[in-house]
Amino acid sequence: MKIYPIKTLERLRGAIVPASVIAVWQALSSQGYINPQILPAPTAVVARWLDYLRPMEAYNAAGSGFMAWLFSGELVRDAYSSLYRVVAGFLIGAGLALPLGLLMGANDKFYKLCDPLVQVLRPIPPIAYIPLAILWFGLGNPPAVFLISIGAFFPVLLNTISGVRNVDGIYIRAARNLGAGQATLFVRVILPAATPYILTGARIGIGTAFIVVIVSEMIAVNNGLGFRILEAREFLWSDKIIAGMFTIGLLGLGIDTGINSLNRYLLKWHRGMDH
Amino acid sequence: MDAQIQVRNASKVFSSNGSEITALQDINLDIHSGQFVCLLGPSGCGKSTLLNAIAGFSPPSSGTVKVDGKVVQSPGADRGMVFQEYALFPWMTVGENVGFGLEIKKTPKARIKEKVDMLLSKLRLQDFRDRFPKDLSGGMQQRVAIARVLALDSPILLMDEPFGALDSLTRRNLQDELLRVWTEYGKTIIFVTHSIEESVYLADRTIVMTYRPGTIKKDFSITLPRQRDPAAPEFNELKKELAGLVIEEQRRYNQSDTWAHALN
Repeated sequence: MKIYPIKTLERLRGAIVPASVIAVWQALSSQGYINPQILPAPTAVVARWLDYLRPMEAYNAAGSGFMAWLFSGELVRDAYSSLYRVVAGFLIGAGLALPLGLLMGANDKFYKLCDPLVQVLRPIPPIAYIPLAILWFGLGNPPAVFLISIGAFFPVLLNTISGVRNVDGIYIRAARNLGAGQATLFVRVILPAATPYILTGARIGIGTAFIVVIVSEMIAVNNGLGFRILEAREFLWSDKIIAGMFTIGLLGLGIDTGINSLNRYLLKWHRGMDH
Repeated sequence: MDAQIQVRNASKVFSSNGSEITALQDINLDIHSGQFVCLLGPSGCGKSTLLNAIAGFSPPSSGTVKVDGKVVQSPGADRGMVFQEYALFPWMTVGENVGFGLEIKKTPKARIKEKVDMLLSKLRLQDFRDRFPKDLSGGMQQRVAIARVLALDSPILLMDEPFGALDSLTRRNLQDELLRVWTEYGKTIIFVTHSIEESVYLADRTIVMTYRPGTIKKDFSITLPRQRDPAAPEFNELKKELAGLVIEEQRRYNQSDTWAHALN
């Protein structure tokens, strides 16, 4: 008998449920129990997904190069546009929230000054800004990036504030005892001590950004994954809708994996980060 | 010669929920350079408060603390502190922790490395230089904390129940290590503890404090020759004598505790 490593066995076990769901789905579809307009067969979704991924024109050696051609499919362009908006919006939102949060966390007077406004604005869902975003920025990337940056702003801000405010006093006492001045204390002690909170905020922020990008593409932009699945609905292409949804899922998974490994790298000193 | 550390009429009053607690009352204390002094007493006797006043974390409400003739107003690298909770920076490696004080002093990199290596091997930590504190046992973390204050070359070490959280074998180990360091570097050490045995094992002088308000109950010279043997009759004689004093205070602490419970 061949002995398989435990990892492989675990992976095989993990595949049982998804494989069964797909098998049942496929069987019901092929037997004609499900209307393909309502729920197309898995094979149809995969075929549509490959079609969506494929470059739209035949390869032309005189064109702009093989790689450019390879990535000229509609899916790749949509995924790129969505990802671009998420990254741009996140960088703007988090980039503003981080210094503001550090300042509010470290300075009690400034905190008391700003906190009421933050508390009033915070519960407004980023989606509620859509009318204003279109009024201010028109259509296309600017309103989408604006909405995403709002979605990323508040989680990063609030977590940064509580990260700074919750720094264990013992570290501050130890650093002052070693002769640290205010600047050293902030950069070498308060900032690293707050990093786990800040990264949690970034993770929530990018999750929100990902939700907001899909919604804003359904309303204010005419490309990207969110736009594409809404467009597919108008043609009753349910196979394309599902192909688009899976792409959104894969992209989200990719972003989360990326953030996770960044987390592990930045927090390699942190307890409970050993695995 | 004037004492290195002079505490004059120091009192400390904390107010909490409208009531005032006198943690220290009229403390007068002279500590000479190179002495190993233990502050001994039950919880709430103000021993840590006194240590924090000398460290400059929390100055007395009235009276003064002077170190080398200067009034203490803030923490300083001339008084290195070792905390019970180790207080290592978890985001810095062992080597970075030990070198942090020197880095603050803008010591050249090569010099920092040299000194850190020297201290780590002195405390038998050389193999852990690039590890993070989370990978170390409690005893090893406390050795790193000791190396970190030794790097400052401060003439005074303040230790706030540094071995309180360690098991008894590790504790004895670190006590011996500390005595070695103390003999070699000739530092003044003020060591807070509630362990009578620990104070008899370590100190030249043990100051027993009273429970609320914190005053000096008795200033004890311990002249037993070193290396001290905790099984020796003289050692136990002394322990018994100190225990009598401490238990009186512990009883007052217990009573006030029952009282507080009865009120609730």
